[in-house]
Amino acid sequence: MKIHEYQAKEILRQYGVTTPRGIASFSVDEAVKAARELGGDTWVVKAQIYAGGRGKGGGVKIAKSLQAVRELAGNMLGMQLVTHQTGPEGQTVRRLFIEEGVNIANEYYAGMVVDRGSQRVCLMASAEGGMDIEQVAAETPEKIHKLLIDPIAGLTDGEALEIAVKTGIPDTSHSEAVALFKALYKAFDDKDASLVEINPLVLTADSRVFALDAKMNFDDNALFRHPDIIALRDLDEEDPLEVKASEHDLSYIPLDGNIGCLVNGAGLAMATMDIIKLYGGNPANFLDVGGGATADKVTEAFKLMLKNPRLEAILVNIFGGIMRCDVIAEGVVQAAREVRLTVPLVVRLEGTNVRLGKQILADSGLAVIAAENMADAAQKAVRAAEGV
Amino acid sequence: MSILINQNSRVITQGITGKTGRFHTRMCREYANGGSCFVAGVNPRKPGENFEGVPVYGTVEEAKDATGGNVSVIYVPPPYAAAAIDEAVEAELDLVICITEGIPVRDMIRTRYKMQGKKTRLIGPNCPGIITPDEIKIGIMPGYIHKKGRIGVVSRSGTLTYEAVAQLMEQGLGQSTCIGIGGDPVNGLKHLDVMQLFNDDEETEAVLMVGEIGGTDEEDCARWVKEHMRKPVVGFIAGVTAPPGKRMGHAGAIISGGKGTAQEKLAVMEECGIRVTRNPAEMGKLLKSALN
Repeated sequence: MKIHEYQAKEILRQYGVTTPRGIASFSVDEAVKAARELGGDTWVVKAQIYAGGRGKGGGVKIAKSLQAVRELAGNMLGMQLVTHQTGPEGQTVRRLFIEEGVNIANEYYAGMVVDRGSQRVCLMASAEGGMDIEQVAAETPEKIHKLLIDPIAGLTDGEALEIAVKTGIPDTSHSEAVALFKALYKAFDDKDASLVEINPLVLTADSRVFALDAKMNFDDNALFRHPDIIALRDLDEEDPLEVKASEHDLSYIPLDGNIGCLVNGAGLAMATMDIIKLYGGNPANFLDVGGGATADKVTEAFKLMLKNPRLEAILVNIFGGIMRCDVIAEGVVQAAREVRLTVPLVVRLEGTNVRLGKQILADSGLAVIAAENMADAAQKAVRAAEGV
Repeated sequence: MSILINQNSRVITQGITGKTGRFHTRMCREYANGGSCFVAGVNPRKPGENFEGVPVYGTVEEAKDATGGNVSVIYVPPPYAAAAIDEAVEAELDLVICITEGIPVRDMIRTRYKMQGKKTRLIGPNCPGIITPDEIKIGIMPGYIHKKGRIGVVSRSGTLTYEAVAQLMEQGLGQSTCIGIGGDPVNGLKHLDVMQLFNDDEETEAVLMVGEIGGTDEEDCARWVKEHMRKPVVGFIAGVTAPPGKRMGHAGAIISGGKGTAQEKLAVMEECGIRVTRNPAEMGKLLKSALN
């Protein structure tokens, strides 16, 4: 799960991370009021969307007067902010964060993720702050300093200092940097984060160490023990179909093709997308109905796919293990009764109770295109989508 | 022979009294030698009870002492599953298979840390389990699709593994052992560990390795295969069409930071002498062609 910058900063502040002072705003008037409350003569108006790359997209602007805050807020609220992470349609800006200006002497990068190889949390820091860190990692990986954190001992003073030194943070600010790195890890660990990113981490003109930006993602599997994090979820930032799918415990990701896929199991679902592509078609979605699907769940999955205006065909690929083919077949029949099936339907069933499943489909009178195996199913779906 | 489990394995089921635990314990006991292999269950609140004749103990230690159990399988719900693994490791079992899906990564980091230097091996979590066909099945895979033979199968997914097995069967190829290592980012045995075991197993003639996007486990395994493997290995990687930054169902299946793409994995595997197919319907045929 993702949250907004201002929410991440609020969490990090509770752990002792220093950030500029700021106030979240939902309207132009609120933005001006926030600037007035913060005082000073320079403010930063920041669009709050989940996607990164906001600065380059025009979602972060500096204001030197309250009038400028008003104008920038007016321009930003409601705009479709396009960044390299939003896709070409962009994301609507509904929230702003008004922050006090900070006098920056130097910019760095700090991040934390779970390193799969070592099975530990990895602290990464670099003197190349403010840059696209993925580019730095690809072109000059030696400029990113990494430290694997012992899960029992946590991040020690000595380790944090070593990273501060390597990153080139000046001596006079070492103690602040050490405290910040340690606070980041404490927050990461306590809140079951999957990512914390401070880009840039800045050294101010008066030698303070600030988190100028902040991003936090969380482990979905651990949300059950963090109701405070769940409460931060902003459904406006999520794809409405993905939200709907998650309500029914379906794993659904929209793609840009025209062949809807309904599959049990994530690996088989990916493989089904791949084979559609291999035979010249384009998958419209990833959809894993999971191991415990019921007829109702399958019906919901059909409804989701049929909401896609580009849909030209549906491919159901089921390998029944625990999930029985007859249950899937009943779900398909029920779905066809509840929603009007406007596109050709190709079904491939294999595994537990396969004969019963095929019988249910045959008896239903539905115009189902039966397929013998994965390759046959993909080819038939591609042809059906082309209207052949 | 086979790897990790055989008819002499003695299995303790942690979480035997829950709905999933009951259902799959029954299925596993009905398969081949399961009736004599599944010797005990564990539920701290129900010691002294039994499930269809399988005695339930309060702890793994007690179950092991009473029955000689050396393997455990876990169906405990996600908030308690990592602690269940810890308990099996403390009891010094040889192997733990964790079926549970949805364990927090933070819990698994701690559990894996505590497993360092311990004898216990872990399969999973979030996996279908392991089967040595016609001998013993420990997990949730449909037993009847398998047959004893000489092909080893290692995979990160569930149903895609069943698909692979079905394709092998179409080619008349049985399996020595099939292992689903699970779709989580922090887990136990990796492709590499399983490949080493297959290399040393006299009854395994060739290996089918099925991977998916995310991480670098398949690449690590491929590099080892190039240096050490004495048997043919073929492979498939799911997720060529998966967009970056999107989690494809499995917690571990995500392309991030430009790493973990299917193309990269396939390229490394080919460089290392592993024959790969980009068509998931041709895994069985490819394996067959590699035998001669």
